[in-house]
Amino acid sequence: MATRLQGTGASDGLFMGPVRRLAGASTAERRAGTPDAEHQVLRHAITLAAAEVAGLMERVEGEAQDMLAFQLAMLEDDALSAPALAAIASGIGAHLAWVDALDGEIAGYEASEDDYFRARAADLRDIRDRVLRHVTGTADEAAVPGAVLVGEDIGPTAFLEADWSQGGAIALFRGSTTSHVAMLARARGIPMVVGLGEEGLAAAQTLIVDGGRGLVTAEPGAADEEAFRQDRAALEGQRQAAEQFRLKPALRRSGERIEVLVNVAGVEELAHIDPASCDGIGLMRSEFLFRDGAPLPGEDTQFRAYRAFLDWAGGRPVTIRTLDIGGDKPIRGLTPEGEQNPFLGLRGVRLTLAHEEVFRTQLKALARAAVHGPLKVMIPMVTVPGEIARTAALFEDCLAELTAAGTPAKIPPLGIMVEVPAVAVAPELFASAAFFSIGSNDLTQYVTAASRDDARVAALNDPAHPAVLRLIAAVARHGRETGTPVSLCGDMASEPRHVKALIAAGVTSLSVAPARIAAVKAAIAEL
Amino acid sequence: MSGTADGSVVITHDVGLHARPSVKLTKLAKGFGSTIEIAGAAEGPWIDAKSIVKVMAMKARQNSTLFVRAAGADAEAAVSAVIDLVRRDFDEAGDGH
Repeated sequence: MATRLQGTGASDGLFMGPVRRLAGASTAERRAGTPDAEHQVLRHAITLAAAEVAGLMERVEGEAQDMLAFQLAMLEDDALSAPALAAIASGIGAHLAWVDALDGEIAGYEASEDDYFRARAADLRDIRDRVLRHVTGTADEAAVPGAVLVGEDIGPTAFLEADWSQGGAIALFRGSTTSHVAMLARARGIPMVVGLGEEGLAAAQTLIVDGGRGLVTAEPGAADEEAFRQDRAALEGQRQAAEQFRLKPALRRSGERIEVLVNVAGVEELAHIDPASCDGIGLMRSEFLFRDGAPLPGEDTQFRAYRAFLDWAGGRPVTIRTLDIGGDKPIRGLTPEGEQNPFLGLRGVRLTLAHEEVFRTQLKALARAAVHGPLKVMIPMVTVPGEIARTAALFEDCLAELTAAGTPAKIPPLGIMVEVPAVAVAPELFASAAFFSIGSNDLTQYVTAASRDDARVAALNDPAHPAVLRLIAAVARHGRETGTPVSLCGDMASEPRHVKALIAAGVTSLSVAPARIAAVKAAIAEL
Repeated sequence: MSGTADGSVVITHDVGLHARPSVKLTKLAKGFGSTIEIAGAAEGPWIDAKSIVKVMAMKARQNSTLFVRAAGADAEAAVSAVIDLVRRDFDEAGDGH
């Protein structure tokens, strides 16, 4: 009997295959031997882990290879195991000694205020778990090509180790759409769904993974398999047909030019996108720099990241959204805990204005980056014009401070997200915004009063609802009449089936997921 | 013949002594017989330049000064090789990564 599980799509595509479970490393129930024996156990586990990483390195290149070279160098360094070996000599078991020692190292990286150092904590966790699996003898199920990886969450090496030559997919109990693995999966075109919970997946043997819909079907029946084959053939046909449009400007049949920009959430993503395939970055989600449980990034770290986007874009416009956390994106210490209704609470600009120091650090980094290219900044969750005025005043303040210190800086054009219905209904109140970017995901959920994260009401959350489209059309008309640029950066822009309705509504600028550039341009060419 | 040498250099690499530069530095250091130590300040603490665990733990950032000292038969060559590597930006163009 087939079971359907709704999660969140992290990488598009369709795949059906057998399940391969990834063991979480555990310290449970292992009887430790004598210190001498434990010493040998740990040394041997490290040797095996190093050999695995070395083998893995031969199969990859570029950044992945650099990451593995780093892991290998760490594993080969006696300084890594020295504290654990000392603990073993004092009678601690190899598994606990190793975990303690590595957790100490990991905490050191997590405490760094530098993003680049902090990100290495994930590598250290990867190293810890790989060695631990050899100590405890818990191994992942054997690698088979063309499998669906199933587990709590997976580390980058587990992704790189898997044999994707026959395709494959990833279905996780937890996981995140912004993790390193999610980016690797998108880059490789491996379908991935996260947040599925453990219950329905625990005993599954065969899965169909639909990354685009965030849907997983366990133990599919004959009808499911047939539908899968048809969907997949259709998807493949569309993909090939769309490819010819990737590097061309998006033109309608009438010759009207539609801007197609790209949504990005991390510097790592840029390596997989050809800047020539888009008209710039329509939405850079700056929250990728802010990770839950990690220290906040400093001004320099943010400046370097923002500048990397401008450098990549090579003169094309780059729109960076100021920190948009709260709602479904909590960061401990910043976002309030135990809110009754977080989507209607302290999020977006409401939160950054309440944490002025955090906001100022970001605005300063943005003002410094603005000198290096056509940067635009947009404010999320604006509800009243006063929020633009307060942000603009803070920007002025930051600029004065930077200028006084002799740091080159300037204030970029400041626009707003149109996602709170109050703005969409009365855009004329927001004349101080330099541009509007319609966030159709939140706009839809606020207009339909239905969350797409709740499977029971997700069908009501329809961006094609006439009420949503009418608001989008009104904002586009207001933009034309006042000469204010309007674009749309929600997920509906990435869906060819919605593109027609958006263009009919008067939207002439779309910001889409990197993997959807060609498909959206192909859809525009038909209109 | 045994000797000692020391020197210092400013790290210009975009993100400092990050994973990739650290791998290169420790590999280079291991090619010398001398003991090689680095520090973030002239008075130390000095750490083993052949240990990536310790080099990374320094978290040396862009525009910080790296002090280098070595003791052994090839001490001078070791110090100048390390300084040269840092000066060459670890043979990578700063790309924001």
